[in-house]
Amino acid sequence: MDFILQAIAFIFDPQNLFGEKGIVPRLGEHLLYTGISMAIALVIAIPLGLFIGHTGRGRNVAVASTSSFRAVPTFGLLLYFVLLNGIGLWPVVAVLVILAVPPLLAGIYSGLLAIDRRTIDAARGVGMTELQILRKVEIPLALPIVIGGIRNATLQVIATATIAAYVGLGGLGRFIIEGLALHDFVLALAGAILVLILALIVDLALAGIQKLVLPAGVAQSISGRSRNRDRKFPAGLAQLREG
Amino acid sequence: MIEFITVSKLYPGGTLAVDEFSLVIPAHKTVVLVGSSGCGKTTLLRMINRMEAPTGGSIEIDGEDISKTNPVSLRRRIGYVMQNSGLLPHRKVVDNIATVPLLEGMNRSRARVLALELMETVGLEANLADRYPSQLSGGQQQRVGVARGLATDPNILLMDEPFGAVDPIVRSDLQLELLRLQRELGKTVVFVTHDIDEAFLLGDEVVILEKGAQIAQKGSPEQILARPASEFVADFVGTRKGKRRLSLSSQPADKAGEFVVVDGTGRPAGVLELEPGELLGAASKARSVSDKTAQAGDA
Repeated sequence: MDFILQAIAFIFDPQNLFGEKGIVPRLGEHLLYTGISMAIALVIAIPLGLFIGHTGRGRNVAVASTSSFRAVPTFGLLLYFVLLNGIGLWPVVAVLVILAVPPLLAGIYSGLLAIDRRTIDAARGVGMTELQILRKVEIPLALPIVIGGIRNATLQVIATATIAAYVGLGGLGRFIIEGLALHDFVLALAGAILVLILALIVDLALAGIQKLVLPAGVAQSISGRSRNRDRKFPAGLAQLREG
Repeated sequence: MIEFITVSKLYPGGTLAVDEFSLVIPAHKTVVLVGSSGCGKTTLLRMINRMEAPTGGSIEIDGEDISKTNPVSLRRRIGYVMQNSGLLPHRKVVDNIATVPLLEGMNRSRARVLALELMETVGLEANLADRYPSQLSGGQQQRVGVARGLATDPNILLMDEPFGAVDPIVRSDLQLELLRLQRELGKTVVFVTHDIDEAFLLGDEVVILEKGAQIAQKGSPEQILARPASEFVADFVGTRKGKRRLSLSSQPADKAGEFVVVDGTGRPAGVLELEPGELLGAASKARSVSDKTAQAGDA
């Protein structure tokens, strides 16, 4: 308990916030690595995921490769890339992209594949082109699941970006590594708490976006269903009481 | 006019869904394709707007081979109504109805006016305009589906079991609405169903299909009832021992000139009203016809 209080005190100490090695610049670095990696991962995953989801082609390959990619040891891969290319930003970004693409891809194609086939068939039947089906039907309906994939990937990247510090870069991982090296566990714990808080804030923000993009008609039907459930529950409880 | 010319459909698995099917569907008439599930009737319908491609033969609309047309523009000039309504769940009723006009670049306010007119045509209250499909009953959804099918004022309307998934009372409402609409609009309607009652109610011409989309019989409902081409047809329409095999009950009715009629299973089907002497006359008239056909058969 003491450690935690000290760690929190460390975080809120104005002296630790700014300055070259302060929390704010480290946070900025952490967000930069996350942002670059996610941007590249999205550029790879979106077209590929839309293609697989729309055509249904390559789906089995995608399912198999996304799960096998999840088994790749991130840290080992990072060291390998560093050995190949030397220390720098790109090995870290490459590792984080490899980490982020599978959950993004899975979110996109499963979002598209979850749409009722009859809805898509009808859209084609009334005369939408394939591109119009994608833009006006599949993407709007898949968006909540797609954002779910983005949430998933972002969380993993934020958590894993701490390893950048192992190869001499910055980020919130610095506090953890330095704390461990100096046996300053308060410092290490403060770093861990900072990563946790960052992950929670970003996840909440994305959850908010996920709610916003829920298509209106679909949101209506879901809230309609929950209203029905609310109505049924008290009735059920009343029956229990009577019984 | 839609013409099927020895059309076949062989699925990759080796199923021959349609085997050399030929049929002329006249303009401004309702033709009902009826048969049990798996007889290929839906495949036939979906070939007309190129949602399925035939593996043999060709289909012509007003003399034009549709395989040479652009499928998207072909579909936009053919109304298509399906069983599950096929509405877009994330779009309001008005936007669903105006889907194709909006795709063709009509501005939103004109599209809305058009959609509201169509809602009136198909008997939907204007206050449903801004609802989403999930907020409508099954019957209302089907009406929206019909309105969408009519949005470009197409000559041809394809209806794939459009009333199959609604309850019987709503279904009969919708059927009567469709008859009224068809009297007003005079489209070329191709209607697919497995329900022979629906086929006889709606069809100017009824085509009874067997497996592989083989035509068991085609003709007006009266022609089919009067002269079923085979035992299969007689069974299918119920004139052999089903509910269309009517006979007089031994139970006399109270009123003179009225007779209780029972169907093939012995269930009372209704009351037959006859002028005195008409029954004998009708019976002998029918007899002379059947004698003639028998003679024709002998010859």
